[in-house]
Amino acid sequence: MKDQPFLDTSPEVSDEVRKTTCYMCACRCGIDVHLKDGQVAYIEGNKDHPVNQGVLCAKGSAGIMQVNAPSRLQAPLKRVGPRGSGEFEEISWDEALDLAVSWLKPIREKNPEKLAFFTGRDQSQSFTSFWAQNYGTPNYAAHGGFCSVNMAAAGIYTMGGAFWEFGQPDWDYTKLFMIFGVAEDHDSNPIKMGIGKIKARGAKIIGVNPIRTGYNAVADEWVGITPGTDGLLILAMVHELLKAGKIDLHYLAQYTNAPVLLDAETGLLMRNEDGKQLVIDRATGKLTAFDQKGVSPDLKGNHSADGLVHKTVFHSMVERYLSAEYAPDAVAEKVGISAGRIRAIAAELARVAFDEAFELDQEWTDFRGEHHTKMVGRPVSFHSMRGISAHSNGFQTCRALHVLQIFLGTVEVPGGFRFKPPYPKPSEIHPKPHCKVTPGAPLDGPHLGFVHGPDDLALKEDGSPARIDKAFTWENPMSAHGLMHMVISNAYAGDPYKIDTLFMYMANMSWNSSMNTKGVIDMLTDKDENGDYVIPQIIYSDAYSSEMIAYADLILPDTTFLERHDCISLLDRPICEADAAADAIRWPVIEPDRNVRGFQSVLCELGAKLDLPGFVNKDGSQKYTDYADYIVNHVRKPGIGPLAGFRGDGTNSGRGDVNPKQLDRYIENGGFFVEHIPAGANYYKPWNAVYQDWAVKMGLFDSPQPYLFQLYVEPMRKFQRAAEGHGKRQPPEHLRERIKLTLDPLPFWYPTFEDTQIDENEFPMHALTQRPMAMYHSWGTQNAWLRQIHGVNPLYLPTKVMQKNTFKDGDWAKVTSAHGSIVVPVAEMAALNENTVWTWNAIGKRKGAWALDENAPEATKGFLLNHLIHELQPPKGDGLRWANSDPVTGQAAWFDLRVKIEKTTTPTESQPNFATIKSPVGQGPSELTWKVGK
Amino acid sequence: MTQLPTSTDRKLGLVIDLDTCVGCHACVISCKGWNTENYGAPLSDQSAYGGNPSGTFLNRVHSYEVQPEEGAAQLIHFPKSCLHCEDAPCVTVCPTGASYKRVEDGIVLVNESDCIGCGLCAWACPYGARELDAAEGVMKKCTLCVDRIYNENLPEEDREPACVRTCPAGARHFGDFADPDSHVSKLTAERGGMDLMPEQGTKPVNKYLPPRPKDKMEEIEILAPLLTPIAVEPKGFMAWLDKTLEKV
Repeated sequence: MKDQPFLDTSPEVSDEVRKTTCYMCACRCGIDVHLKDGQVAYIEGNKDHPVNQGVLCAKGSAGIMQVNAPSRLQAPLKRVGPRGSGEFEEISWDEALDLAVSWLKPIREKNPEKLAFFTGRDQSQSFTSFWAQNYGTPNYAAHGGFCSVNMAAAGIYTMGGAFWEFGQPDWDYTKLFMIFGVAEDHDSNPIKMGIGKIKARGAKIIGVNPIRTGYNAVADEWVGITPGTDGLLILAMVHELLKAGKIDLHYLAQYTNAPVLLDAETGLLMRNEDGKQLVIDRATGKLTAFDQKGVSPDLKGNHSADGLVHKTVFHSMVERYLSAEYAPDAVAEKVGISAGRIRAIAAELARVAFDEAFELDQEWTDFRGEHHTKMVGRPVSFHSMRGISAHSNGFQTCRALHVLQIFLGTVEVPGGFRFKPPYPKPSEIHPKPHCKVTPGAPLDGPHLGFVHGPDDLALKEDGSPARIDKAFTWENPMSAHGLMHMVISNAYAGDPYKIDTLFMYMANMSWNSSMNTKGVIDMLTDKDENGDYVIPQIIYSDAYSSEMIAYADLILPDTTFLERHDCISLLDRPICEADAAADAIRWPVIEPDRNVRGFQSVLCELGAKLDLPGFVNKDGSQKYTDYADYIVNHVRKPGIGPLAGFRGDGTNSGRGDVNPKQLDRYIENGGFFVEHIPAGANYYKPWNAVYQDWAVKMGLFDSPQPYLFQLYVEPMRKFQRAAEGHGKRQPPEHLRERIKLTLDPLPFWYPTFEDTQIDENEFPMHALTQRPMAMYHSWGTQNAWLRQIHGVNPLYLPTKVMQKNTFKDGDWAKVTSAHGSIVVPVAEMAALNENTVWTWNAIGKRKGAWALDENAPEATKGFLLNHLIHELQPPKGDGLRWANSDPVTGQAAWFDLRVKIEKTTTPTESQPNFATIKSPVGQGPSELTWKVGK
Repeated sequence: MTQLPTSTDRKLGLVIDLDTCVGCHACVISCKGWNTENYGAPLSDQSAYGGNPSGTFLNRVHSYEVQPEEGAAQLIHFPKSCLHCEDAPCVTVCPTGASYKRVEDGIVLVNESDCIGCGLCAWACPYGARELDAAEGVMKKCTLCVDRIYNENLPEEDREPACVRTCPAGARHFGDFADPDSHVSKLTAERGGMDLMPEQGTKPVNKYLPPRPKDKMEEIEILAPLLTPIAVEPKGFMAWLDKTLEKV
């Protein structure tokens, strides 16, 4: 046998490691970027980072292909051909900024609302909203409205926080983890880490999802529910738990508004003269404020006055959920799950929550001043995301899920679901929406927020919508994240008014981020009778040559995520853990090799050129030289800035003076900052005195803010009352009945609008998309490595449909909705709800985009379901077309879609087939043999 | 033809937990990144932005649907890379000696300078674990990150294969199967770790932990003890509540 060859097993790995934050999706993991000769050689997870603790997903590791992607924009571009042609000329930054100012300055002086500024998958919303507020337009939001605002808003209104960035399961103690509608993102690495951790302990997972992939594939029990019926399943379980008395009565009485009395006449919560909610004290039998020391709120209390008997919220809930309509046998057919199985799941939830309850030897004191020697743990936890929220009944479904976990007493207890700072945070202390426009001056406050009744709606004096997206109007009163998906169609229709300039960042609105993609393209390119574009000017910023580029008049090229500063701020969407507050930065670990600038830095300059008060010094000079300068020096309120760590002399956390060396300290610390919650404060946070004091110290609140979970959401009742004719602000007649029905202050289930308006026999199948783990919306396809994993997206059909149509994998189907048709390749999937078809989200690409060859499978075989989904529902008998959105929050109802499937002859390419757009960046190389350094 | 060592001092390899693997492809890309930059020629990609993208990977994840006799279909994610077989047919078939199994730890490697790209080893491997790099013309395969696991330029905690370090679900484990007390040996024993295609006689070192049984929850009827009704009507419920609260 010949000798083994010599092998150097200790080669140099890199010249230097720079630690920053990933942006290959929205998870914000810490990464170690290995450099050789100043170039990125390898990216791996940062072991010290609170989010990912060293692990990294496929997207994160492929970041090297993203920062070197041929699709990167190279320089500012000015459109020279017709919109959509892709004809641009490169211009200098001075020209680009002058052009932008020439559009934006006159608008601001005369009518700031004529600017619509929407920022997509922006991770700097506290900054971009600050810019928009200073500009003075009411028309600002990011992408939450087409993403998961139902989840966020339902959680915040109900319990002061929701899933994902608001909270996480107690991975150390949970024994049963139940997920609803969780595709393979939101969030990415932490859920995988958690699943791995609990599986290693033998804990069980129940996955509720029509599609058995990803997390649902490893779940011990798969519940292949019919889309849009999750609320019914959840309330059937609530029914069973109530019927069996398997609910946490102590928890409900102490920490929720279940014992609060409802005024029998108005349905509003009874309050004392200080506005405090009233309960009956079991000790005295008397009416008392809920928060008094020693009060033992009575769940069955009632109060008689003026001939009326006022009963508790809990009483109403018992009446509603014990009703036969929520019995498992009554719902089984609709949800597609047998009654016996529904009972089995409810029983398992009850068994683990109550029979496996445990105690931690941890003293704590609640907000009433009562001292507890132990913390009771209930090891059941839930997680849920877009699958249940992107429906027109999504808000109420998300609320129902929170009711379920609160009835089990598993929120903020050991083993249950736990909030991450700055949550828990009651809805009342969030801002309310602001919309008062003054020419030449800032808006009167933050754009987005939480309404608490008709008075908070964003309406003009004549009652018309103040915002271009009609957020915070009677059509969707609690639209906390705005409705980005309605901006272009409303601006095009001039309803509620016309705009002059559409300014967008990181949102692929002419492709996968819009419903009715072809319609949106037409709106962006249509001209009026004078030959002018209906939407006169469009400014767009992105790092990459997406499908949206061709539809803008001015392109401001952004940097990639390794070439920029960012802050993952506690003012925005931080990286906290249930045991710690944490935030992070990005910093230029490499310098751009193109004529591009970080978008936020461009806004600093634009803000100064427009004389926006927050962006100029007293002498009129530019206040922040760039985004890094803003991150360090911006003061949101005294002692509070974008970053919480290393303030003052570098030792202050949360509150403290500006520290000029703050970014250096972050870099030294690995790109992030963590402050742990003290022992004894890390559970029961909404009611835990030590936590509340810590939160004040950290600057999360200015005073302790304990609160009750709002099983009954009173603001919804206020909208209902308006619809019943009470109050000055009244909804339009055509919306009265819908508001009365859908703004119910207690969760209920109703069929999705599509299900009620479309003939189920004609369109028998539900159609869904989900995002794969290895791709983030449209970004992944430009990545040479990731597109080899997900380069095609067949429409997956259940076995029954395959057989009925004699389909074979690779055959083509015509898929038709009430709105349109597509022709696409199909493949069989057995582990799928039998009335559901689905595909991967945003794999389909337009020819010419993303520096791909025209023959790229993403363009020839890939497709979007977006073509089948309209932003409006089909016409009703009344001649009106309502938004295809949740009636409470305006969340885009992507997953309400119903279709029919027919076999068709093999086309040459998937349909519809759009003309190639001219690429401003050319095409990528045919072969890669990537290696940097020596 | 090339000889295998009669025995190796250690048997380094992976345990892959099919019960926990969520199919995220993190291991695939982490491997691609490390091995593009490190051992041997970069892992090239053809038609990288074109109509038929096809590159070299040392590790891929396949997903298979399984239909049990009873119950719902299941989806199994199956990561696959070289299993570093004790009787590795890819080594014995090699005409130049480029493929070899290391005496000290059992890792199967390709010495690229001796590889003529004939492809015999890929043909001999029953697992399809080797890929011929189209740009370099040499055979590529999992090295078990031999340039990481002993690398003194890395912190000790990082001296493990890139795929193991990155796996978010913790479904991949690295260790020495020759040591019965190692983590991987114990996991294999506890969880019934299996050889892939043992009938091939290759004696793979890597082991797969089988998925745990699924969908075993039994449907329950209304009178099952866990959900014994205390009341079916709101009135009865409130009466129960009265009694219960008195006891609290």
